[in-house]
Amino acid sequence: MADKEIAVSVRDIHKEFVLPQSKNSTFKQTVVNIVKKNNKVTQKTLDGVSFDIHKGDFFGIVGRNGSGKSTLLKLIAGVYTPTAGSIEVRGGLTPFIELGVGFNPELSGRDNVYLNGALLGFTRKQMDEMYSEIVAFAELEPFMDQKLKNYSSGMQVRLAFSIAIKAKNDVLIFDEVLAVGDEAFQRKCLNVFERYKAEGQTVILVTHDMQTVKNFCTRAVLIQDGAVIENGDPIKVADKYSAANQDVIDQDLEIANHKEGAVGVLATNELGEKTNSFTVGEKVTLEINWDSNDTRVIMVDLYKNSGELITNFISKREGMETLPIGKKVKLDIQAMVTPGSYHIDVSLWDADMKQRESVDYGVYSFMVTNDFSRAASSFGGLTFLKSTWRS
Amino acid sequence: MRYMTTKNRAILREMVVTDFKVRYQGSILGYLWSLLKPLFLFAILYVVFTYIIPLGKDIQHYPVYLLTGIVLWNFFTEATMQGASSVVARGDLIRKVSIPRYLVVIASTLSALINLGLSLVVVIIFALFNGVMPSFEWLMMIPIVLELILLAMGISFLLSAMYVKFRDITYIWEIFLQAGFYATPIIYPLTKVPEQFHKWFFINPMAQIIQDARYAMVTNTTTTLWTSVHSWMVIAAPFVIVVAVFIVGALYFKQHSAYFAEDI
Repeated sequence: MADKEIAVSVRDIHKEFVLPQSKNSTFKQTVVNIVKKNNKVTQKTLDGVSFDIHKGDFFGIVGRNGSGKSTLLKLIAGVYTPTAGSIEVRGGLTPFIELGVGFNPELSGRDNVYLNGALLGFTRKQMDEMYSEIVAFAELEPFMDQKLKNYSSGMQVRLAFSIAIKAKNDVLIFDEVLAVGDEAFQRKCLNVFERYKAEGQTVILVTHDMQTVKNFCTRAVLIQDGAVIENGDPIKVADKYSAANQDVIDQDLEIANHKEGAVGVLATNELGEKTNSFTVGEKVTLEINWDSNDTRVIMVDLYKNSGELITNFISKREGMETLPIGKKVKLDIQAMVTPGSYHIDVSLWDADMKQRESVDYGVYSFMVTNDFSRAASSFGGLTFLKSTWRS
Repeated sequence: MRYMTTKNRAILREMVVTDFKVRYQGSILGYLWSLLKPLFLFAILYVVFTYIIPLGKDIQHYPVYLLTGIVLWNFFTEATMQGASSVVARGDLIRKVSIPRYLVVIASTLSALINLGLSLVVVIIFALFNGVMPSFEWLMMIPIVLELILLAMGISFLLSAMYVKFRDITYIWEIFLQAGFYATPIIYPLTKVPEQFHKWFFINPMAQIIQDARYAMVTNTTTTLWTSVHSWMVIAAPFVIVVAVFIVGALYFKQHSAYFAEDI
């Protein structure tokens, strides 16, 4: 493995930006700055980043927002010029870091395919040959003569992605493609990734989805504050990234749970970690505490953020006749719901549920994300209902 | 280093075509406006300068003479103004794709060139109506227009790279163009200017280009650099300026283009 051919070599890259407030955008400012001999205010975005990407690597770059990974990608793609250091790319590289670059809303879908194709390095003749394949993959045959501005955002993304995957080059770059598009589109992306991996295509992928990193990447780096803090094993990188995020979530949760109010909610996953992100089918444990001495029944309404009430949970109905004296209960829920954002309302009631003491709307929100490694990939609809098959 | 690879040509073509398609988006007459605009401009100028202010009554085919000047000057204005803002206007591409940056400037010059071509078609139609005889001298327009393109592109390279950081540059250039319009013999014939000043007029490459074009297209009685100036130094001046402007513009552009993506 060690003597594999190097495709991209990043050597001690530094990148500094001149901050906008000190940029000379008018002559007056320029004159003022020259007279005052203002020192430029710069921001170090990357501070000595080095790594190699080998041929056939499925290379993940992960990091929190603002860590410098997009800057790094733009440097590799040749959009930015490094302040110091060198980047060597052997072979051709797709020069784009975003889908649908140059898309013009006033042009038809067809014209946009040719425009985008040219920017990705295709001649008109090559585009003619690939055109029908691109349109078929995007499933947009009836819409190609309509203006792009009349496309839904999903259709635009599909079209852009269909062109992008045609861009066969020695090194491909994908920035957050999974963050856009619906589930079917995401699965399509993942299928394409599978194929790339099987073909030994060199791919650089920036994503926040650690499951993808673990499943696909052969190598990965974790960027934090402009430096590489973990390089190599994608599992280690993904776990370290999750752990770094966990710290931030914990801080937020602590702040949220210390707020004064009738109800407090603390959620943990199967491993007992505090979080607000779960995968489909994972067990969510809600620890609910309250202040009032008169509460006899607790009701939890589970809403999808789009507005639908998914279901409710009532302590008395589910068999808890009396609430514990400690004014604290735990509710286990199997997150058998479609991926998306959810929140819960918690309300406190008297014994026969005639009088509602108080209700805390949106007291806790969480995300359910897809986990392609589980049975969830066959998921359809809002939730699973208990059912039995009989002959 | 190869500048015009097939890939770059494909990008240029798409950018120019897009520009042209989007320009008349939503108008009923569409592309026809590319012809109608110069046509109406000519009609207005014709009325003004033959009936109201007959500046060129001594000049043969003065309306065509005037139109030739206007058309070339309009190209110069359009190409340099659009060129100056081209890099910033295509900021979305520059920030996201590493296509060669000079393509953006060349595309804007080519867009203006399409309009020049259409306007010249109208000028030729006007010329024939006005009784100008077609001749092989019309072919002289090819090197003349090439010189004009070189000049416009050189200025566009310089201004577009400066515009990324100094947004005042287009305003300054606009004023410069206003002054240039009167410093160049466009609406008045050079014969109205005392002969000893001609050499100062001809240092301006636009004066040399327009007068040469008139000589080629309209009438051999046009005062040109070649007929009115006798010092070789002065004759060389407009050409040296065109080449120098192009080299300076291209070098300045090349030096700054690496940082366009972050400076826009």
